Amino acid sequence: MKTIKVLGSGCAKCTKTAELIEKLAAELGVDVRVIKETDAQTIMTYGVMSTPAVVIDEQLIHSGSIPTQVDVSGWLQS
Amino acid sequence: MFEQFTHLADWLVYDLAGFSVTTKAGDALHFFVEDTAKIFALLLVMIYLIALVRASLNVERVRDYLAGKHRGVGYLMGAGFGAVTPFCSCSSIPVFLGFTSAGIPVGITMAFLLTSPLINEVAVLLLMSLLGWQFTVLYIVIGMAVGVLGGLFLDSIRAERWLQSFAAEALKRGQQSSVSLTAEADTQPGTESNQMTLVERHNFAKAEMLEIFGRVWKWVIIGVGLGAALHGFVPDGWIEAHLGDGQWWSVPAAVGLGIPLYSNATGVIPVMESLIGNGLPVGTTLAFCMSTVAASFPEFILLKQVMQWRLLAILFAMLLCAFTLVGWIFNYFYPMF
Repeated sequence: MKTIKVLGSGCAKCTKTAELIEKLAAELGVDVRVIKETDAQTIMTYGVMSTPAVVIDEQLIHSGSIPTQVDVSGWLQS
Repeated sequence: MFEQFTHLADWLVYDLAGFSVTTKAGDALHFFVEDTAKIFALLLVMIYLIALVRASLNVERVRDYLAGKHRGVGYLMGAGFGAVTPFCSCSSIPVFLGFTSAGIPVGITMAFLLTSPLINEVAVLLLMSLLGWQFTVLYIVIGMAVGVLGGLFLDSIRAERWLQSFAAEALKRGQQSSVSLTAEADTQPGTESNQMTLVERHNFAKAEMLEIFGRVWKWVIIGVGLGAALHGFVPDGWIEAHLGDGQWWSVPAAVGLGIPLYSNATGVIPVMESLIGNGLPVGTTLAFCMSTVAASFPEFILLKQVMQWRLLAILFAMLLCAFTLVGWIFNYFYPMF
């Protein structure tokens, strides 16, 4: 099972990002756990400055915007 | 070049909807239609063009650039980058920590963060079209000055003493390793800017245009709506009589009211136009509007994550003084132009 963290201080874009990932994961039948990480200190440890950012299995793979559907599907299937 | 919008509003409000030119409602509605149409058209075109140019600029590159820079130029560059770099205000905390852990002094980081909401392409565009270029230049100079001087002040009182402990440690670590970090950044092969194709830039600009427009259009309507209401319904001379030049206290009162209130530059500039048109002194207007944009309660609550109460209180007091001074200076000097 993939653990996916969405980093961001709780703004609308971060919520949308988390929802998008959950929706696509359900569609593709991939088993994931999506966590919204809002703590500034934790976000800092990933070296992220523009949110929303996406971390999959402790690897930072995206930051600064809501990811596209194509991107998210790609991450989920890899 | 903006007459088309006057004609459009004439046609819609007076001809089509049948309002009379002489009624207050007709006047207010005309003002609303003309300004909204003009602002929407400008926003769409200009956001796209500007995004095309600055497609490759982002906070990460600004950080690498500012890290290890001499303090003297650092404040000015921090404020300058704050004006031109796009970033969502919900990212201010990660940006603050990102800059801090790269060893950038608190003052330079704050110069960036203070200038950023005050000056951006949307604000500049609105000012140009509603209040003219002289006023726009003035606004930019003041916005930069508040950022630079605010940053200098914070470093001169060693504001980093009052960061939350984890942020203070990150700063210390960053400053020890900043030399190696900049060296590393220099050796990174070819930056993305050189490699961005025209198609990529177009896609970025299109996405940016839709994103920003989707975010600000309601603010424009609220701002212009308030402006139109002021324009049509507040009796001529009322503001001038009650909040005019004579009352020295009106400036600090306006700032004290403005700081906790939140608006972004897009919503507040149409209101500025109306306030000035209705006779509120320029300095008082600037002071009120800049203080609503630069700081707000939600932002202070966010900053609490990285700053102790003491530093937040200092920041609040500093902004209060800065914008009050701006207001007084302009109320005094502007009438002489």
